[in-house]
Amino acid sequence: MTRVKAALRYVLLAIGAIAFLFPFYYMIVGSLQATPDPTISGAFPDPANLTGENYVAINERVNLFQGLANSGIFTGGVILGTVVFGVLAGYALAVLNWRGRGITFAMVLLVQVVPFQLLMIPLYVMIARDYGLSDSYLGMILPFFINSTAVLIFRQYFLQLPKELFDAARIDGAGEFRLLWTVALPLVRPALLTAVLLTFIGPWNEFLWPFLITKEAALQPLAVSLANFISNIAASTSNPFGAMMAGAVVLAGPAVALFIIFQRYFVSNDLGSGVKG
Amino acid sequence: MTAVEAAPRRAATKPDEAPPSRRRRRWLGEHPLGLLFSTPYLVFVGLIFAYPVVFAVWMSFQDYFFAAPGAEVDRPFVGFDNYIAVIEDPAVWRSFGNVGIFLLINVPLTVGLSLLLATALDKVVHARTFFRVSYYVPYVTASVAIVAVWLFLFTSNGLVNQILGPLAPDPSWLVNSGLAMPTIALFVTWKGLGFYILLYLAALQNVGKELYEAASVDGAGAVRRFFSVTVPGVRPATVLVLLLATITGANLFTEPYLLTGGGGPNGASTSPVLLIYQKGIEQGNPDVASAIGVILIVFVLVIAWLQRRFAGGEES
Repeated sequence: MTRVKAALRYVLLAIGAIAFLFPFYYMIVGSLQATPDPTISGAFPDPANLTGENYVAINERVNLFQGLANSGIFTGGVILGTVVFGVLAGYALAVLNWRGRGITFAMVLLVQVVPFQLLMIPLYVMIARDYGLSDSYLGMILPFFINSTAVLIFRQYFLQLPKELFDAARIDGAGEFRLLWTVALPLVRPALLTAVLLTFIGPWNEFLWPFLITKEAALQPLAVSLANFISNIAASTSNPFGAMMAGAVVLAGPAVALFIIFQRYFVSNDLGSGVKG
Repeated sequence: MTAVEAAPRRAATKPDEAPPSRRRRRWLGEHPLGLLFSTPYLVFVGLIFAYPVVFAVWMSFQDYFFAAPGAEVDRPFVGFDNYIAVIEDPAVWRSFGNVGIFLLINVPLTVGLSLLLATALDKVVHARTFFRVSYYVPYVTASVAIVAVWLFLFTSNGLVNQILGPLAPDPSWLVNSGLAMPTIALFVTWKGLGFYILLYLAALQNVGKELYEAASVDGAGAVRRFFSVTVPGVRPATVLVLLLATITGANLFTEPYLLTGGGGPNGASTSPVLLIYQKGIEQGNPDVASAIGVILIVFVLVIAWLQRRFAGGEES
């Protein structure tokens, strides 16, 4: 009875895994097809129909390297802001005792539920029109500069450190800044990785905001240039689906690789504490 | 909020301290440095969240239009004119209806499937990591990349229709006005499920093992235990999942923009955010677009309140 149940459980999980992974497999197969083959047999790679041409074709229309570099700068800027200022805020919320801490913490929670895209018109007016930051990395990064979920994760980890540790270091005469840098930070290194991974997803995959403020192709992150290719130019290529999927593989590749390599830092408990506060 | 209570109450004063510093501490707390450490974050929130919200509400009551930087233009207060324009526009009603369809499909599917898969995953010993990673891979991948595959899968002669054979819908999924929105809802459910599975996995750790044992002793079968122990046990997570799914639905943009070529066919998959983009930025009416945004926020707040009310209001 229990064996049957366990087997059923694995069957259910395996169906789920196939449903989640198949489109990725199909993406790779499709990106390598010389002529698109949507039939059932086309789901299996056919040596006679394999080619790298699609990657060349998409690279002629969309500068893949430039797009990856722009995505990298955008994402890197956000991660830098989140790690530097998010750690400071998380530390202040968890370890330090100051007036306004309660309100600040409530604000971190509130920001999580403000649908960001509803702010897009005022942000567009402010950043693109008033500050003249359209077509610039700064304008891209600004609305995402400090990830609030990461602040919550930092706070959660700092809270778990024993209080005696801080008291002992304070008695030894360490200032708060040294305390953060030499005592607390080395102990929460796993949190740093979790927060970096979580922060990475946002800007790397973000489409709407960079799409609004970058009109210049040389500054567009890959998600934006690929989307423009899909909606405007794909039809004019000889194998539009192949080229689209080749671009998709290049865009998805770094994110998927990162999350497979560092999967043990992306587990339920960190996220649960982060999202629930 | 819980943090304030949980935080240790350290001795407020030390005997060797000078009075002025004691007075300062009463005003700023024991570690005034905390405020300094949080200042960058507070400035960020003020600039990127608080001010734009106020600006959006203000703009929705003005006759606001884009002008060259530095130009002095008159933007008069127009009361509820923008809101009237929004309410009289059938496209707006249609887009809110579309979000309704989206939520009706997406929310039950998300809650049901992610709880089911998380429960199964929780009890499994082998290949846990493989399953967990394969479930969240879609979540960490850009919508834009996945859209490319879905377009290929769901075109009229795509793989899905090839498998369905004579059962394939005509017109095909994404160009069929009755199926475009459900297909988008399916896409978003599939893409986000991994994240919700992780949330439920965390919640399942908090359901006491003794409850399952007690239920077993009382003769409850596996199905009964699932509905009588697991489902109530993860209720706080369910409230959170409902809220996040609603926000995702209200924010829908990339999928209708790319998957159905800008909300097609004939507006059958237009979302409010897509409409905000079209009206605000393409057609240059940020005032009307802001009014849609304000209505959308109110709409989300009402739904979130209803969910809290009926799905169990305990603090998570």
